[in-house]
Amino acid sequence: MGHGELFPFDPRHEVKSGVARRDFLKVCSLAAAAVGLPASMGIRFAEAAEAGLKPSVIWLHFQECTGCTESLLRTSAPGLAELILDLVSLDYHETLFAAAGYQAEEALHTAMEKNKGKYICVVEGAIPTKDGGVYCKIADKTALELVHEVAEHAGAIVAIGSCASFGGIPAAEPNPTGAKGAPAVLEGKTVVTLPGCPANPYNFLGTVLQFVALGSLPALDEKGRPIFAYGRTIHEHCPRRAHFDAGRFVKEFGDEAHRQGHCLYRMGCKGPQTHANCSVAHFGDVIDSWPIGLGHPCVGCTEQKLAFRVPMHDTVEIDRPQPPDTYPTIHPESGGIGTVGAGAAGLVAGAVIGAGIMASKKLASDDKGEGEGV
Amino acid sequence: MTDHARAVGGPLFTGFFRLLALIFGISLLMLAWRFASGIGATSGLSDGYPWGIWIAFDVVTGTALACGGYAVALLCYVFNKGKYHPLVRPAILTSALGYSLAGFAISVDVGRYWGLWKIPVKVNHWNLNSALLEVALCVMAYIVVLWIELSPAFMEKWKEGPDGVLKSLSEIGHPLLNKVLIWIIALGLLLPTMHQSSLGSVMLLAHQKLHALWYSPFLPLMFLVSCLGMGYAVVVFESTLSSRAFGTARETGMLASLSGAMVPILAIFICIRFADVIFRGQLSTALSFGRYSLLFWCEILLFLVPMIMLASKARRASVTVQFNASLLMIGAGILYRFDTYLVAFSPGPGWTYFPSLPEVMITLGILSLEIMLYVFIVKRYPILSGGPTAVSE
Repeated sequence: MGHGELFPFDPRHEVKSGVARRDFLKVCSLAAAAVGLPASMGIRFAEAAEAGLKPSVIWLHFQECTGCTESLLRTSAPGLAELILDLVSLDYHETLFAAAGYQAEEALHTAMEKNKGKYICVVEGAIPTKDGGVYCKIADKTALELVHEVAEHAGAIVAIGSCASFGGIPAAEPNPTGAKGAPAVLEGKTVVTLPGCPANPYNFLGTVLQFVALGSLPALDEKGRPIFAYGRTIHEHCPRRAHFDAGRFVKEFGDEAHRQGHCLYRMGCKGPQTHANCSVAHFGDVIDSWPIGLGHPCVGCTEQKLAFRVPMHDTVEIDRPQPPDTYPTIHPESGGIGTVGAGAAGLVAGAVIGAGIMASKKLASDDKGEGEGV
Repeated sequence: MTDHARAVGGPLFTGFFRLLALIFGISLLMLAWRFASGIGATSGLSDGYPWGIWIAFDVVTGTALACGGYAVALLCYVFNKGKYHPLVRPAILTSALGYSLAGFAISVDVGRYWGLWKIPVKVNHWNLNSALLEVALCVMAYIVVLWIELSPAFMEKWKEGPDGVLKSLSEIGHPLLNKVLIWIIALGLLLPTMHQSSLGSVMLLAHQKLHALWYSPFLPLMFLVSCLGMGYAVVVFESTLSSRAFGTARETGMLASLSGAMVPILAIFICIRFADVIFRGQLSTALSFGRYSLLFWCEILLFLVPMIMLASKARRASVTVQFNASLLMIGAGILYRFDTYLVAFSPGPGWTYFPSLPEVMITLGILSLEIMLYVFIVKRYPILSGGPTAVSE
């Protein structure tokens, strides 16, 4: 194992986390690769961890099923243990905490004070706002108070799952507790939303690890979703797309087409309107473990307009159900906007509109003075 | 229909006429280029966008703007409003010119223009399910019908002219024509009803390539209704301008009641447009205020504003209101057709279209030619009626 001069042996790793340095670097590189960052970023994670710069993570649980955490527990590259012990410092997490009561509260306050302005605030679950938010209380504080308190000095705020992103199931009609997502509660703050029921853990890791390595957040769409994960619809990268294009549809669960793995659009698949990467990044590190892979239509859990609003088996509109029948050549001979053509068109349009206005004005003045012909 | 119509007279080559001739001259050079090098070399057209402004403007918008003859004849003969008679001849002239030049534009736009003669001739090759065939046949037939409808104006002049073929032809033809004219007029009402709606049907084929705010099973109806509105607007526009330009008396009262006819048409159009968008579940798209939704609202505003302007009887008596409303209405019709044929049409990723210089110039040249011919004909033949108020010679 040649870490001699290149990587001076640091007993910290052996003693503190029981991981050899080589294994630790492996974990970091894997983590980088898993979320699409270059291997060099893995080294940056390791360096940050070595320098004791592991970001502090404060994880808040509100109205939810803890499914997002459950989903995170099932990652293996990196595994949760590596993540929370090596890559980040998970200082507060109600589900994974060994501590309880006052001890847990103290950990929360210590982490907030020590890492003021730098820690990552993760919100899991919707926040009830009705009746002063009494429907969810932790340590005698409402979820509303808690999220404001923790988000106030956070370096980054991540809303994991559909509930935290836009209310999810708790906010479904008739929404008795007035549940809202974190972006709606924390107006004016940048909240990275990772909707999904559950959210794909790798999208979470990608976001957090980018923040760790580069100190920046990924590019977000207008709903706060990272574009690297939510930039395309399920339909665009669906493994069953060929069946859609060929017109082979499942008409009933268990029919021949269903057994053959044909397209689930007619069963109410929301894939054409759902922006997510489930079709390429599956869950629980098991191949094909995602709704369509298991033979059920996509329910659109990453879309506020679809999930828990549109009945599961209602079909959605598709803008372009068929592939185009012609494709442009790589270097099109014509069709671009030529400078001269654009200029001429602009000139003509301008002249026509101008002439219209002038004629109208002249007519109006002639009308008053009962003038002569042109 | 000979009431008071008379030639306006006056010199032909005014400064404005020379400017038009210059534009037409430039477009002739561009035309020569297009026929020498072909469409690909001179236009922005591609396999994705085989229809550009030559179709969207010259043909689809041009024939809709040339619906004045149709719209006025409909009012005059079907609804028996004889008082509009003085408007018929100039409207028919505008229509005849508009349609003829649209026909010319098609021969510029199609790749194999030398095969166009086959359309009316090769009956056994007709695809009777084609909306485009219907458009082609109707437009061809309607051009002939329009010139026949207009021919009494020429014959009146020729009868008084020097002896010759034209004179003897007019002397025999004119009484004969008067007997059959009613059938010609009936045909002249049927044909535009058929093909103006078909110009909408043509885009039904585009289906998903057309943005959901424009694609509608009611496209044919909306094209028909809007072309009527455009027809009336053009009549108002044209009579206002020609009364100013040639010093003939303007039929303001008549145009006011004609403008009144635009109000229900515009209202019907807006109702159909909204009902369609709502029933197809696209209201949320319309309210998304993206690029397309803004265009949609621009269109609606352009249809709505003239309707409000003309709704009150007192207001529509004003020449300025009539003229401004007609301009807006024309703009609305043009935008609706441009959107349906070009802006809201997307053949797939990667394709783009913008008219090239030759396309713009040829379109402009055709328009100039149309105005030049109009000026020439009204100056030489009895088209405009209403006592001319001292024309400067």
